[in-house]
Amino acid sequence: MAEKYISRSSEIAARMLGGEMMVMSATDSTFFTLNEVASVIWQAADGRTPLSEIVAAKVCREFDVDREQAQRGADRFVDELAQYGILLVSDEPVDSLPSPETQ
Amino acid sequence: MSLLFEMNQKALNLGLPISVHLDVTYRCNERCVHCYLDHDDHGEMTTAEIVDVLEQLAAAGVFFLSLSGGEVLMRRDFFEIVERARKLLFNVKVKTNGVMIREKEAAKLRQLGVEQIQISVYSHRPEVHDAITKLPGSLKRTIRAIRFLKAQGLKVTIANVLMVGNFTDQAGVIALAKELGVLYTLDPTITPKMDGDTSTVALRIPGSDLRQVFHNQELVGNVEEFCAPPPAPGEDIMEGFPCSAGHTACYISPYGDVFPCVQFPLPSGNVRRQKFLDIWYHSPELKDVRSIRAKDLPTCSTCSHVGTCTRCPGLAYMEGNMRGPSTADCQKSFERTGIPSANMLKLERSRPTGPLIQIQTFANSLPDPALSGGDALCRA
Repeated sequence: MAEKYISRSSEIAARMLGGEMMVMSATDSTFFTLNEVASVIWQAADGRTPLSEIVAAKVCREFDVDREQAQRGADRFVDELAQYGILLVSDEPVDSLPSPETQ
Repeated sequence: MSLLFEMNQKALNLGLPISVHLDVTYRCNERCVHCYLDHDDHGEMTTAEIVDVLEQLAAAGVFFLSLSGGEVLMRRDFFEIVERARKLLFNVKVKTNGVMIREKEAAKLRQLGVEQIQISVYSHRPEVHDAITKLPGSLKRTIRAIRFLKAQGLKVTIANVLMVGNFTDQAGVIALAKELGVLYTLDPTITPKMDGDTSTVALRIPGSDLRQVFHNQELVGNVEEFCAPPPAPGEDIMEGFPCSAGHTACYISPYGDVFPCVQFPLPSGNVRRQKFLDIWYHSPELKDVRSIRAKDLPTCSTCSHVGTCTRCPGLAYMEGNMRGPSTADCQKSFERTGIPSANMLKLERSRPTGPLIQIQTFANSLPDPALSGGDALCRA
């Protein structure tokens, strides 16, 4: 299966609040909150690190979860945010925004 | 419960600022009759100072940033400020009169990812709008700006401040908003000037007009529900606080002064002398504001409206006591429900019902036998 590279849209506002990432689309004002696991993936979405590597190096290590299960969850999360256009998915490395300031 | 409400509650529980209103200038190209500002430049923060403040706000966890003035575009570096704010991933809302926005400016705001633009429109009739702004041609330019912004796909809201000079044009502004395809918000609050001058208050619409606003289905939705008598307040209400000012939100002036809210001119620190978070966590004024619960309000805690009133602590502060009532909001509660506030009843009770003094002279009349004791020449 081809690698996925994920990057954050430039059309969003984002901020970490007490372990959860708040994200709002500047285009349609849709508001999202990401839980701790999703926030880790979001912050690592630099457009250059493959999603599988983010899952292995960040999610599995920080949350002690099974890799296959974590990968399935990450794929679902990425697909959902991509539908709203706030996370961009590519099959090759791309540039991304800097990570939002964390609290 | 909405996600936004939940996050606001979370910020409140964590004691974090989530929203900041930053006025980048008080200079303006309009001279609105109801404006609470002095438009001279008394030493605005430089670009570098504002960028430093933005970085501090981002690090403090601020998510919603309102950039306002004065007229924001009077600053030549305004787009640089917005660009820095967006790089720091703030949700940016811009308040403007739109007079200086043309195609290029609208495109820039879109490109920078500004989430919404709020534009003041006082009337659909140029003669009324321009008389309020004191800038001939301003309505035409403002409407042109709205069209440019809409063409860029930006979310625009018309803010219609109601006052004695434009009350009857409210329906016309709503129709204009519909025609332009933008949102509409109404504000019947005219505040005293920041320097304490209360002359602008005379422009407030009278109670009878306010009642019309609150009973207009198009504006409030379900009138019966909106104007229902207030339910008896529970313990949660009495332990609650009046609004987000100083709790999850604050205001920063172009000179770096920090206040609990733009409508609450209690000086609480200055970002030119202190770090923002030092002010947020340690300002005695902000701590005082945060300590106030509904049960601590001497008059309002006894009022039937305590749980539903829009009581503004800033307006109360401008009336002399941040723990006191805000008479403008007492009026609103009354006009909405028909039930007088505790403050109104108190004032009514303390008002003399008869003439202050009655004097009977005896020069041309016989003394009243009832007064002959000589101890009752005056009767209140």
